[in-house]
Amino acid sequence: MENTIQLEELFDAKLERGEFIEPKDWMPEKYRKTLIRQISQHAHSEVIGMQPEGNWITRAPSLRRKAVLLAKVQDEGGHGLYLYSACETLGISRDEVIQQLQSGKAKYSSIFNYPTLTWADMGAIGWLVDGAAIMNQVMLQRTSYGPYSRAMVRICKEESFHQRQGYEIMCVLAKGSPEQKAMAQDALNRWWWPTLMMFGPKDAESSNSAESIKWKIKRETNDELRQKFVDRTVPQAEHLGLTVPDKDLKWNAERNSYDFGEIDWEEFWNVVQGNGPCNKVRIENHVRAHEEGKWVREAAAAYAAKKAKAAQVQVA
Amino acid sequence: MSSVTDSQWPVWEVFVQTKSGMPHKHCGSVHAPDKEIALQNARDVYTRRSEGTNIWVVPANAITASSPEDIGPFFDPSNDKPYRHPTFYEIPEGVKYM
Ligand SMILES: [Fe+2]
Ligand SMILES: [Fe+2]
Repeated sequence: MENTIQLEELFDAKLERGEFIEPKDWMPEKYRKTLIRQISQHAHSEVIGMQPEGNWITRAPSLRRKAVLLAKVQDEGGHGLYLYSACETLGISRDEVIQQLQSGKAKYSSIFNYPTLTWADMGAIGWLVDGAAIMNQVMLQRTSYGPYSRAMVRICKEESFHQRQGYEIMCVLAKGSPEQKAMAQDALNRWWWPTLMMFGPKDAESSNSAESIKWKIKRETNDELRQKFVDRTVPQAEHLGLTVPDKDLKWNAERNSYDFGEIDWEEFWNVVQGNGPCNKVRIENHVRAHEEGKWVREAAAAYAAKKAKAAQVQVA
Repeated sequence: MSSVTDSQWPVWEVFVQTKSGMPHKHCGSVHAPDKEIALQNARDVYTRRSEGTNIWVVPANAITASSPEDIGPFFDPSNDKPYRHPTFYEIPEGVKYM
């Protein structure tokens, strides 16, 4: 017991000095659990996030757009793998985290439970959803757990193309025919509020927030990040000539920030609890893809075993 | 709901050399049934933007690491040997190229 207290003091001192925690370092059980939950949810979000955009790869309007979208979706798969790899350093197996996703025990970002109805959604997702994710991920580059931080550094390097390609799509549509502009506006209307929800509950209602800040897992609060996102994104919408669907949105010179309207928290919790438009289909697709890939995994394992055996015979 | 009980394959640690002449640097891990597929997976996951000129993959269970608790005693022996550093020695002023 006394030992644990000593170890905890060492751990706190390390955080205080701004040092990173590495996989073999002693850490409080709650720190480990919080990280496993957060990193695996983050990984699941990257992977499930491939579906709404994957939906449009075969229908992209040009070969250039198709190549770009394919590369972006492939990146998201890569981000999932960096994060699963970081998560496994905390002592949980890949098998277990995938099981938690498929059984519904683990969550992923609710934004991916909304459908992608038009091509303009590819623009809105890159611009807004990746934009919001970047906000969060830039902060997480300084998270206290070493493997998580390193994965974030890699991810951030790759993300900026995601946002730029999305904004480029929006630019083309916003400057196109009236129908195209209407399509861009419609996409903004549908994605704006769910994007603001990505930052999570308000600080006052976020149960894990204080502890995560104390442990330097998070460096900024949900509300701080959300405000920063609004302040950066509104001028980008103005540049497109599109209207942000919030009648309460207005510049506050005193705060040097935008005031904005209240998020529909009922919708937020409803989607988190599994009742969003696409929750079911996202998990069904994941399970199906996993099951359909089973024979490939088995064949590869059998081939590896056979080769290992042959090598043994040769040595003998 | 389905359950995932089939193999996710062993873990391989991945080290990438970013430029010729540079040391290989650890960048994460992949799952693979054998070393050839481990290499291919590592290429796909960690070098999508030509970040590498060479990749090492090592079975994760083949790595032995020093443990953080021993950081003191383990690295101690080198802390009290300042004479391993060039600044330990006094050279008369005016002597060049040393
Ligand atoms: Fe990503
Ligand atoms: Fe992205």
